[in-house]
Amino acid sequence: MKHDDDTSLNRRQALKCAAWAGSGLVWTLNGGVPGSSLVGSAEAAATGFSFVQISDSHIGFNKPANPNPNATLTEAIGKIGGLPMKPAFMIHTGDITHLSRPNEFDDADQLIGAAKLDVHYVPGEHDVIDENNGAAYLSRYGKLSQGKGWYSFDRGGAHFVGLVNVYDLKAGGMGNLGAEQLAWLGGDLKSKSASTPIVVFAHIPLWTVAPEWGWGTQDSAEALKLLARFGSVTVLNGHIHQIAQKVEGNMTFHTARSTAFPQPAPGSAPAPGPQLAPADQLRSLLGLSSVRLAHGKQPLAIVDSTLAG
Amino acid sequence: MKKIALFAAACAFALAPRLSLAAGEVTVGIDNFAFTPAEITVKAGAKVVFVNHDDIPHNVVAQEIKLHSKALDTGDSFSFIFDKPGEVVYFCGLHLMMKGKITVTP
Repeated sequence: MKHDDDTSLNRRQALKCAAWAGSGLVWTLNGGVPGSSLVGSAEAAATGFSFVQISDSHIGFNKPANPNPNATLTEAIGKIGGLPMKPAFMIHTGDITHLSRPNEFDDADQLIGAAKLDVHYVPGEHDVIDENNGAAYLSRYGKLSQGKGWYSFDRGGAHFVGLVNVYDLKAGGMGNLGAEQLAWLGGDLKSKSASTPIVVFAHIPLWTVAPEWGWGTQDSAEALKLLARFGSVTVLNGHIHQIAQKVEGNMTFHTARSTAFPQPAPGSAPAPGPQLAPADQLRSLLGLSSVRLAHGKQPLAIVDSTLAG
Repeated sequence: MKKIALFAAACAFALAPRLSLAAGEVTVGIDNFAFTPAEITVKAGAKVVFVNHDDIPHNVVAQEIKLHSKALDTGDSFSFIFDKPGEVVYFCGLHLMMKGKITVTP
């Protein structure tokens, strides 16, 4: 009996590996920037379902690293309009604005609205620094959300969860989900079968990228524990203005580029301030991600493209 | 040796009026993601002015005394009067690694 169980487990694992090995990850260089996609995902593209992620538009920023983030956001939205397959919707993983000002939110709404897609937002820390600690963000985007702005929805056979990790932050710490949100997440995932693909998105990475700069979420392990039983979990974040990827078991972690300005890689600079790039190179450091979801057990394919590419 | 001691004494004397036991007004700059100076000592009732010189916004948060400044854009400042003796540890709510301490003496 025990032997049979072991065999079936091994067979399942072997099949899972075969799925990876059979399709494999292809790394391509596009304008010098690596992007990944799965072999065979082109077939899925015809029938598949896709959505697009943008992040860190920082509307209101006007310093030398990018004096005109409105223009680069407009370019990103233009790229989305030109995608070969129309995405089902867009997610924005926070730092929509630079200073949470009403005119910044207005400008962002207008520019992003040009894509004519449903947009699902989560706040970045720059979106909750108004006088009333995030009231401006919540009144605009949080109408259908729980607590401080978290929510979930089902589309294309996958379950999407938007989490908020920019409140109640502590000195020397990192992003924070908090007990209330974790309890909600447990309840939200309870009725989902383990074969449902899960896509989690939040502003600050849910894995530790650079603790010395606060690039991680201190209680993310609690959330990942709740996600561990699912066969396919994709975690999409922003905040660090550069691509970082990691695969751990059934979980794929990915951070998107900013549409506004790049930030240095951890360890490459004394502080994470905006990175100055020559004007002709800036657009190769900004971008968007499109995510294709194939039905079945195939992991999601994430393709990053730069504004220059 | 004597020279070093003399130099140290001179430094202490020179810095004393600015950094320790200042009443009135003290300025803390924010430069390259750091509060500068990170630690100051002031007399109760002193006003501390935080000025952001970075090209990214910062703020000042001290949870124990329910202090939560507005976001300071480049060149913006925020002032607060520290009137209760004791130690106040504060940080930037946007960049959690930025920390500072103000010792308020009676």
